[in-house]
Amino acid sequence: MHGISMDKESTTIATLELRDVRKLYGATAAVDGVNLTLKRGEFLTFLGPSGSGKTTTLAMVAGLQTPTSGRIILDGQPLDPLPPYRRNIGMVFQHYALFPHMTVAKNIAFPLEMRKIDGEERKRRVAEALRLVGLPDFGDRFPNQLSGGQQQRVALARAMVFQPPLLLMDEPLGALDKKLREQMQLEILRLHRDLGMSILYVTHDQEEALVMSDRIAVFNDGRIQQIGSAEELYERPISRFVAGFLGESNMIRGKVVALDSGDCVLESRHGRLRAFNTAKLKTGDQAVVAVRPERLTITDPSIERENLVKGRVVEVIYLGQSRKYVLKTEDNAEMTVLQQAQDAEKHSINPGDEICLEWRGRESNALAAEG
Amino acid sequence: MISGARYGGELFWSRLRAVICILAVLYLVAPLIIVLIISFSSAPFLTFPPPGFSMQWYQNLFGDPTWFGSLLTSVKILVPTAIIATAIGTAASYGLARSNFIGKPLVTGFLMAPMVVPVIIVAIGVFGVFRKVGLFGNLSGLIIAHTVLTVPYVVATVSAALTVVDQRLEQAAMTLGATPLVTFRRITLPLILPAILSGLLFAMVISFDELVVSLFISTPTVRPVTVQMWSNIRGAVDPTIAAVATIIFLFSLLALVADIIARKRTRLES
Ligand SMILES: Nc1ncnc2c1ncn2[C@@H]1O[C@H](COP(=O)(O)OP(=O)(O)OP(=O)(O)O)[C@@H](O)[C@H]1O
Ligand SMILES: [Mg+2]
Repeated sequence: MHGISMDKESTTIATLELRDVRKLYGATAAVDGVNLTLKRGEFLTFLGPSGSGKTTTLAMVAGLQTPTSGRIILDGQPLDPLPPYRRNIGMVFQHYALFPHMTVAKNIAFPLEMRKIDGEERKRRVAEALRLVGLPDFGDRFPNQLSGGQQQRVALARAMVFQPPLLLMDEPLGALDKKLREQMQLEILRLHRDLGMSILYVTHDQEEALVMSDRIAVFNDGRIQQIGSAEELYERPISRFVAGFLGESNMIRGKVVALDSGDCVLESRHGRLRAFNTAKLKTGDQAVVAVRPERLTITDPSIERENLVKGRVVEVIYLGQSRKYVLKTEDNAEMTVLQQAQDAEKHSINPGDEICLEWRGRESNALAAEG
Repeated sequence: MISGARYGGELFWSRLRAVICILAVLYLVAPLIIVLIISFSSAPFLTFPPPGFSMQWYQNLFGDPTWFGSLLTSVKILVPTAIIATAIGTAASYGLARSNFIGKPLVTGFLMAPMVVPVIIVAIGVFGVFRKVGLFGNLSGLIIAHTVLTVPYVVATVSAALTVVDQRLEQAAMTLGATPLVTFRRITLPLILPAILSGLLFAMVISFDELVVSLFISTPTVRPVTVQMWSNIRGAVDPTIAAVATIIFLFSLLALVADIIARKRTRLES
């Protein structure tokens, strides 16, 4: 599940490779040494907070920005000497960037025209692209006569109509409402499946990243913090940042006192803790144990054992299929627990109750206390 | 009734406002209207109100070789001036808007200088230099001088339009395979065309209307109509001058209307 799968996949041919790519604006680094390999036909998502360098990385791949250092390689060929118009990479911009003075059909025909594809062939491919994005009768409209979602589809059609081997999408669904977003997510996935192109996708919506991607690269401060499948990132985050950014995590401070067959044994205010040694910590390191709210179970406190935390319930949140409890522990830290409705209904828990939480060591991650 | 009194008060103020507006407009257009009326006068000198109607001053303008020649000279200057100024101004605006280099503010300032430097200073400079390099008293000299004077207006209008054009449109075109030249021709140019046309019209009107610099570098053989008016008004003044003024006014009005129509069309499109 973790670690192993990446090595196995790297034997397949890469379409895109970024090697130590850096972009400085003055003295500050917008992108600070990005390394990644995008496999043929892969859907890779850049996820990260605002200003973390996602767009800048994409712009360098498209050729709209020049890297300060590092190399970008497409299908074994270095991209650096090629201007954007010779790279044959499709790009969907956050705000669509449709040409306002051209009809939808003319917009979509533009890349074909640039490639000297004309006459019947051009017409056929424009019609095909319009059909693919579900707008067969919209060719004669101008962009300002379309809704946001329709404009988005046209932008998609225009970026795909020349069948680029690589498609870049910068928050393509950012401006759409939730329902339309979800619908478009499925459509993009369908097109990805049907056309089989490699996709670099940018979003700061983690749910979108989880739904769509083969792999996710979590960006922070111009660097990729971690790259892997949604499951890898969620179950085995290698840093506090990733554990906190993707989903919710409870963090419990402690000090590593022993290493035991892949696990860390830690000493904390709540006694002994055991967690998977995800961050490859050493004895004596300051650490945090990151554990997901749904991995915690409410238990009987009578027997002393590892991974046991006591606390007082301060809030109960009803979430339909589950309940969320917010606890204050003895050292005044907050923890959240998620319990399935079935279990919650067996014993009702109310604010003010003292409860005890437990989890399996392998289901939590020992991470460095800093970063 | 209180509300009635207040209503009456408001009515009074709104009426007063209307009267003031009308007076202001009258104050602004009265000279134009008077000139327009005098140009159809039957009297052989400038007098108002005119004793009767005649078209003789227009006949004189187009029949008299001196007047008609100077009108023609003006046209020969304003057409090339407007075209050259528009080309240079558009290229300069694009370069300034889409690049970043050391000394950019300096270049911008240099281009815009003729707009702020007193015309008389430009005129003296042009006079001094043009006499030395053989541009004094000929069409080329006048065209060059007028171009310098009109470029800032083109730069101002086109630059304003370029800041509105989303640069991502140009970037998108490039990722779709368009070279920078094709991108400019197919994307940027159509989007800023109304501003370019507006700049062209402005340049024509300004060139047609220009007196000070022309006064310094024209000779009786190559003399634009404004200079002819100037020398005429110091000698025997007849209403031909009013006819010329009317024509310049109508030309400006036409340019303004064309500009408004162009702007309205782009607003509809975007
Ligand atoms: N042209 C520029 N000049 C100077 N700094 C820039 C420029 N473009 C981007 N930056 C800086 O580089 C950093 C990364 O920007 P970037 O646009 O790549 O972020 P992002 O991850 O796409 O963020 P968002 O999610 O908000 O779109 C930011 O701190 C930004 O301020
Ligand atoms: Mg961005």
